[in-house]
Amino acid sequence: MKVKAPETVTFTQSGFCPGCGHGLIVRLIAEVAEELGVSEKLLTVVDVACGSLNIDSWRFDTIMAAHGRPIVTAIGAKKVRKDNPVLAYIGDGAAYSIGMAETMHAAIRNDNVITIVINNSIYGMTGGQCAPTSLPGQKTTSTPYGKDVSKAGEPFNVVDAFSGMKIGYLARGAMCDVANINKSKQYVKKAFEKHMAGDGFCLVELLSACPTNLNLTPVASMERIKKEMIPYFPIGEFQDHKKGE
Amino acid sequence: MAKVLMKGNEALAEAALAAGCRFYSGYPITPQTEILEYLSWRMEEVGGEFIQAESELSGINMVLGAAAAGARALTSSAGPGFSLKQEGISYLVASELPAVIVDVMRIGSGLGDIAQSQGDYWQLTRGGGHGDYRTIVLAPASVQENADLMVEAFDLAEKYTHPVLIASDAAIGQMIEAVEIPEFVEHDIDKFDWSIKGCKKGDEQRKIQNAYYTDPNYEYFLRDKYDRMVEEEQRYEAIEIEDAEIILVAYGISSRVATEAVEEGRAKGMKIGLIRPITLYPFPEKAFAKAKEAKVFMTVEMNILGQMVDDVKLATGGTKPVEHYGSIFEIPETDGILKKAREVLHTVKEGK
Repeated sequence: MKVKAPETVTFTQSGFCPGCGHGLIVRLIAEVAEELGVSEKLLTVVDVACGSLNIDSWRFDTIMAAHGRPIVTAIGAKKVRKDNPVLAYIGDGAAYSIGMAETMHAAIRNDNVITIVINNSIYGMTGGQCAPTSLPGQKTTSTPYGKDVSKAGEPFNVVDAFSGMKIGYLARGAMCDVANINKSKQYVKKAFEKHMAGDGFCLVELLSACPTNLNLTPVASMERIKKEMIPYFPIGEFQDHKKGE
Repeated sequence: MAKVLMKGNEALAEAALAAGCRFYSGYPITPQTEILEYLSWRMEEVGGEFIQAESELSGINMVLGAAAAGARALTSSAGPGFSLKQEGISYLVASELPAVIVDVMRIGSGLGDIAQSQGDYWQLTRGGGHGDYRTIVLAPASVQENADLMVEAFDLAEKYTHPVLIASDAAIGQMIEAVEIPEFVEHDIDKFDWSIKGCKKGDEQRKIQNAYYTDPNYEYFLRDKYDRMVEEEQRYEAIEIEDAEIILVAYGISSRVATEAVEEGRAKGMKIGLIRPITLYPFPEKAFAKAKEAKVFMTVEMNILGQMVDDVKLATGGTKPVEHYGSIFEIPETDGILKKAREVLHTVKEGK
């Protein structure tokens, strides 16, 4: 069993809350980059929300982009640095709300970037407001009586939205227990491999814990992923296409 | 290179390639669309990347990514589309990145219309987006200047690691004139240490982010940067200003009519001159120090409110009256300019 963390994880004082899923995913991405031998080549783009703290948590050359724009910022960087793997790291608000146009058009064009979407069903950085992925009835600071789907809509499912398009890779994992975290890592690794093979847009959504804004303990927040989120957001691989297919 | 006939927008696009620009992303909007159309086929010929983005927001943020990776990157827009660029321009400034953004001005707020205008002066020169910043603004007055100032824009963007704006307009963009495209130069994306390229083991990681976070002396740094621009980058053309009693101040397409007005006015014995700002920011204050006999200034602009009047007042320390000759939907006419110039001068001399 491997316990040594990749050298690209900095272990400086972290801004993440106890029990937050971001820290796990930082390490997972760093492990994948190391295993594939691209740690010195990987370029990353983070959003301005909680994921922006990654800029200090990993040792990759990183852009902190405008809210909702990391995917297109990553596309700009990738077009210039074709030999480098380029990864956009964003939350569900960036991917499916303010940056929905960018997400959809990256998929339509099948742009060759890796995108990791952290779906924790809530806005973290701004203090727990309703997200497009919030569950029906979910209490948030902007839906204090619970999310009313007749007003705010059903939780957004990217797998449905991308059906009918052919993108390089689409998968969803859950950062809720060892087995699922290992499976998530395999999805991320495959996204890297397919990206480097030039297969196009590779999006992996990871269901992740946000104990602070869900008012749960870290353990309860992980259990919630399994019991409440997975029924709305099934895990697995959903698209796997080759270049030009 | 020999002179060729080219449309202003296309000459500007070709000159960007000559300057080593190999990345463009933008969105169609009249009257700048020829820049996008031209680069849609021409960029590939020189080995660069062209993307028609899903919006201006996406276009400018792709430019940010390309600039961070070390490329000379360009986007262009007009009117409502240029407003959408402001998010990215503000981020480019805060992230200390060079890029060139072209505004081919069209008339109006809101949708406005596609006619030529100089109504974005305040937006161009006062920041335009959120936060504390200015940008160098270059104002071409001919197809040749569209080409020459494009090269200069990239050089200035790199000199200050800062976005630079080009203030063109529908007339300059659409007119066809003879132009000599500058010599092609190759740009090396690895020439900057700060650009993202991959962090070698043991090296310092490159972070392209808000400079407010990383530079404890940012406020001094930023003020110094703008002080340096004001000192070193003022560009202008001065015509017959030494003995002029009335001085027109005009840029872009208006300045060409104003130049003719000066010729005609002088032929009729008027002591009239012209200051043509080529940089709208930094505003060419140095030119005004040479206008020792001036009794009054008059801006000639294609807008309603006389947006440049404030800058002329600042440049002259408020010591002289500043009038405005405006036109909307049409380019100002020589006769109209001279008529108002005579009236203004008469009023000032009579002390009314």
